[in-house]
Amino acid sequence: MTRLPETTQRKLGLVIDLDTCVGCHACVISCKGWNTENYGAPLSDQRPYGADPSGTFLNRVHSYELQPLATSAAPHPAAQLVHFPKSCLHCEDAPCVTVCPTGASYKRAEDGIVLVNETDCIGCGLCAWACPYGAREMDAAEGVMKKCTLCVDRIYNENLPEIDREPACVRTCPAGARHFGDFADPGSHVSRLTVERGGFDLMPEQGTKPVNKYLPPRPRDTLEQTDILAPFLEPVAEEPRGFAAWLDRALEAL
Amino acid sequence: MHPAPSVIIFTTLSGLGFGLLVWLGLGLLVPTGWVAFAFFVIAYLLAVGGLMASAFHLGRPERALKAFTQWRTSWLSREACVSVAALVVMALYGAGLVFFDQRWAPLGWLGAALCLGVVGITSMIYAQMRTVPRWRSWLTPALFLALALAGGALLSGQTVLALVLLPVAALVQIAWWLRGDRALGRSGTDLATATGLGGAGTLRAFEPPHTGTNYLTREFIHVVGRRHAQKLRSIAFALGYVLPILLLGLPLPHLAAALAVLCHVAGIFASRWLFFAEAEHVVGLYYGKRGA
Repeated sequence: MTRLPETTQRKLGLVIDLDTCVGCHACVISCKGWNTENYGAPLSDQRPYGADPSGTFLNRVHSYELQPLATSAAPHPAAQLVHFPKSCLHCEDAPCVTVCPTGASYKRAEDGIVLVNETDCIGCGLCAWACPYGAREMDAAEGVMKKCTLCVDRIYNENLPEIDREPACVRTCPAGARHFGDFADPGSHVSRLTVERGGFDLMPEQGTKPVNKYLPPRPRDTLEQTDILAPFLEPVAEEPRGFAAWLDRALEAL
Repeated sequence: MHPAPSVIIFTTLSGLGFGLLVWLGLGLLVPTGWVAFAFFVIAYLLAVGGLMASAFHLGRPERALKAFTQWRTSWLSREACVSVAALVVMALYGAGLVFFDQRWAPLGWLGAALCLGVVGITSMIYAQMRTVPRWRSWLTPALFLALALAGGALLSGQTVLALVLLPVAALVQIAWWLRGDRALGRSGTDLATATGLGGAGTLRAFEPPHTGTNYLTREFIHVVGRRHAQKLRSIAFALGYVLPILLLGLPLPHLAAALAVLCHVAGIFASRWLFFAEAEHVVGLYYGKRGA
């Protein structure tokens, strides 16, 4: 079971557009909402209203500050804030699967989704150790490993309207920063987006061959003039004359 | 990495226990009757006690039997299978010595090989982790094996052997520390490759995804130990290696040997605590916690 399939018929995954993501965390919340009441054990929270709240999430959004180097064209480039959603990348060479001692972790040959069979999981945590991305979290209440299922219970779910048959995070993203599709098909919109925008892998040197791709943020554009009316607004402060000028000098002298 | 007491106790004690079983199996000492019984009880208390301790860190210990199924791919599963095989074979070998005054040598050799195998396999659970550059080296199995053999020699009262193996283990320990300190920097993984945002410019973690802790920050981002790391290394080295060597040179064989064992175990506990506490998991990069 924990042997990885040689190839998978399809490679389902996500494209995450770092240029478009606004960091609203809606994907985090919709993910928690869907997955706490569907596939497997609920995503528990510990002390949610206490001083030290903690909980299980399958998707989290980091934020990074990118300060471009100064160039002669842009001597003082503005720093860029990049919001960075991170969930399971459904790696082709998933190290989390092969370390599993019980066969609970597996990668599906039909679509490449990496899943945990929670009734076999002993909660040893080794798969989370093996994942460089922090995509797996042990549920403190259930004692089993939780991870992104790519909403396997949505994407094939014929009880849902067709428009909803995509992962909850993709369905909810108000900025359109998340895209779901089949990377094995070069004509799919995720494959085309990856090629057109220079999609990249996270930590390629770890040899995990992630399926999910990230699109780089575009460099910040610069505006010469922020207000088109500015040239028409002359400064109104003028030197006073006559009595006002005398009063001004007299008050200054006091 | 979080230095979980269960795993520190497990790797330290079972390493010692299996080390002792190796020397018993090879026949360096051939006790019989009650003396053999005492040796095997000590070895089994350490080896099995360590294995039991490791079960405490499971989220679902009641399903532990399933861990025997995936030996084809998983080092943890291999550890489960080989440790049970080693304990069964050495129990038969021990029964021969205790009850029949018989040394079934081939069984002992097989048992010794299996015991050595368990220690090697345990170390591979850590050495296989590309995500923890400090562990990913052939020096990790070398360290675990050297410590098990040296500790086993010390426990079995093989003074000469211990005086040879302890310095060897000490050298491996120093090499492991020196290599480990440069491992993350040399791994090629940093915040730039983690986020793909390297490019031209500087990058820093601006905001974490959550204000509190989570499983990842508790399990993988342990930073308390590093401040005291040098001090603890000195303590571990003095207790684990230097003092036992000095004590073995004293004229009071039994008392000195007992003290040497106690010092050694305390030192290896400290060393093993550092093994986990100092280990940097690359997921810490995402949280801006690795200074990279």
